[in-house]
Amino acid sequence: MLEIKNLHAKAGDKDILRGIDLKVGPGEVHAIMGPNGSGKSTLSYVLSGREGYTVTAGSAELGGKDLLSLPAEQRAREGVFLAFQYPVEIPGVTNKYFLKAAYNALRKHRGEKEATAGEFLKIIKEKAKLVQMDPAFLNRAVNEGFSGGEKKRNEILQLAVLEPKLALLDETDSGLDIDALKIVAAGINAMRDPKRSFIVVTHYQRLLDYIVPDFVHVLSAGRIVRSGGKELALQLEDEGYGVLGQEAAVR
Amino acid sequence: MANETISDLTNKEYQYGFSSDIDADQAPKGLTEDTVRLISKKKEEPEWLLEWRLKAFRHWLTMKAPLWQNVTFPKIDFQDIIYYSAPKPKKVLASLDEVDPEVRAAFDKLGIPLEEQKILSGVAVDAVFDSVSVVTTFKKTLSEAGVIFCSFSEAVKEHPELVKKYLGSVVPAGDNYYAALNSAVFSDGSFCFIPKGVRCPMELSTYFRINAKNTGQFERTLIVAEEGAYVSYLEGCTAPMRDENQLHAAVVELVALDDAQIKYSTIQNWYPGDKEGKGGIYNFVTKRGKCQGKNSKISWTQVETGSAITWKYPSCILLGDGSVGEFYSVALTNHYQQADTGTKMIHVGKNTKSTIVSKGISAGHGQNTYRGLVKILKGATGARNYSQCDSLLMGEKCGAHTFPYMEVNNTSSQIEHEATTSKIGEDQLFYCRQRGLSPEDAVGLIVNGFCKAVFKELPIEFAVEAHKLLNINLEGSVG
Repeated sequence: MLEIKNLHAKAGDKDILRGIDLKVGPGEVHAIMGPNGSGKSTLSYVLSGREGYTVTAGSAELGGKDLLSLPAEQRAREGVFLAFQYPVEIPGVTNKYFLKAAYNALRKHRGEKEATAGEFLKIIKEKAKLVQMDPAFLNRAVNEGFSGGEKKRNEILQLAVLEPKLALLDETDSGLDIDALKIVAAGINAMRDPKRSFIVVTHYQRLLDYIVPDFVHVLSAGRIVRSGGKELALQLEDEGYGVLGQEAAVR
Repeated sequence: MANETISDLTNKEYQYGFSSDIDADQAPKGLTEDTVRLISKKKEEPEWLLEWRLKAFRHWLTMKAPLWQNVTFPKIDFQDIIYYSAPKPKKVLASLDEVDPEVRAAFDKLGIPLEEQKILSGVAVDAVFDSVSVVTTFKKTLSEAGVIFCSFSEAVKEHPELVKKYLGSVVPAGDNYYAALNSAVFSDGSFCFIPKGVRCPMELSTYFRINAKNTGQFERTLIVAEEGAYVSYLEGCTAPMRDENQLHAAVVELVALDDAQIKYSTIQNWYPGDKEGKGGIYNFVTKRGKCQGKNSKISWTQVETGSAITWKYPSCILLGDGSVGEFYSVALTNHYQQADTGTKMIHVGKNTKSTIVSKGISAGHGQNTYRGLVKILKGATGARNYSQCDSLLMGEKCGAHTFPYMEVNNTSSQIEHEATTSKIGEDQLFYCRQRGLSPEDAVGLIVNGFCKAVFKELPIEFAVEAHKLLNINLEGSVG
């Protein structure tokens, strides 16, 4: 489904990604771990098309379609979803209205009829249950005045409504207490589907206790330096990222 | 320069469907006492009104054009303006195909029904939708309720005692340079009187929408709400408006007696000039309301998206004890547009309350200024004010400026002022785009969210249009 080949990218003058190769099949959950500054978040941004990054080499295709030549909104419409580490506030725009605009933009792209306000309300109320969100949140401004946990839950609600082919979860566990983490993880697990791929970017192994990955990759200095099954995450938890520096140097 | 820009606009007459026939019934260019006498005579006005005009004119001669404003424009040559010309009928168009495509595109985006588009752009209307009969029905409903609603000229003839009593009672003839000019030469305008205890049976917006008339260059509006009366009045419309006159200096006076309420909404979408800042309307207006009676309320809501220059401060004099003044404003400046707008809340009576919510949006090379005065007089015990002034910047070349003035002479008053300046952030844009919204839709969404507190004060049908209007006027401001 997702195929990344030799991906190099810069932020400004700085090389961040230095040759990423990664294949994520349909229904698979891949965890990307690594120390601060290893390029984890950059990978999510480059895949989702954020401005400020320059791809200098390599390719990324989703279902055979070149992602890198598309503007951010086209990638979203093709099924790329990024759950933000720091979800953004949009004052004065209700959650419901925002999500309906997004939902209909995607439907329109697929040549489907746009949902009416009534139809959409049914959908969103159903999905809100997945993340145990009080329907009152739907009428509040997007992320405005939300707690850290509420913001993350809101991201997963959006994921559930937009039903992407590829979900990129950027440090979704950061700033969450254990109860909120469980709710968010349950929401994500409910979204696991044979047709949907996940890339879970995280610094800590903790999240992977709840979202069990099929593969774990360790990113260091812009390259994947180790790949393995879910047990790799546990090993890292014991050993720390310290050893990676040496490994990367050896390679 | 002024001549050039004025002639630019007049040269466009044909393009936008204005009649270019030379009308015999007009005064020569320039302004003298004779011009004022001619206007008054042509309108068959009573002696007292001529005297009132002359007094204003003589005062105007002693005044100097103000220079403190934060907008710039070439010096206006007041002798190069024609101050009287009989109302010219617009050229009637055979079909919408003859309307300027740009204007039509705007109609479509605003979602204005076809039949209304025709009326607004002066296309001959077919029998199915007879605007005359609609207007007649409105008039009947209003007169049954005892509401007087007519042109200013008509009011001078039919209700001279009311006009005499209230004209200039809020904005005196010599109030300021442009108000004095207007007082001397005003062409026509609207008069609205809601008698004691009457709630005006319809939003007067509806009336305007159907009866979109050609507003004059020097318009004068007077609205009086007697004890316990209520009226909601909407000026302007979302449809783009072209006019051959560059300078518009209107005066609006509102009077609210005991327990009366006046809600005055404005949507202004005059021609803003082209993308290089050439041409466009100068909108220099004096708007003021007097809450004369106890517990009266005057509420101004304005959405200013048009004009090359918008310069006005819809204000409230809170005379009656317990009276309330409100000002809700969205001002958008794109391309080379300039705006210096805000309000004055003058607290005179006890326990008077005012609310100011101002949202300025600057894009392109637009310059947007909020200027406001909250004045609490000595006797205004227990006065309260809440002001919120937010500015939103888009791009690197625009500007936002805020000049809040406060004069407090009573220690029991409470004043709150909040102000923010923000940019449409790259992170907000990316967030929206990552969810599948185009950059244009994303900006529209963010800006409309920013303006929400003001839009919710508009009559509902216009709130929807105002939302679309902002999006249209922001087109091309991204990227």
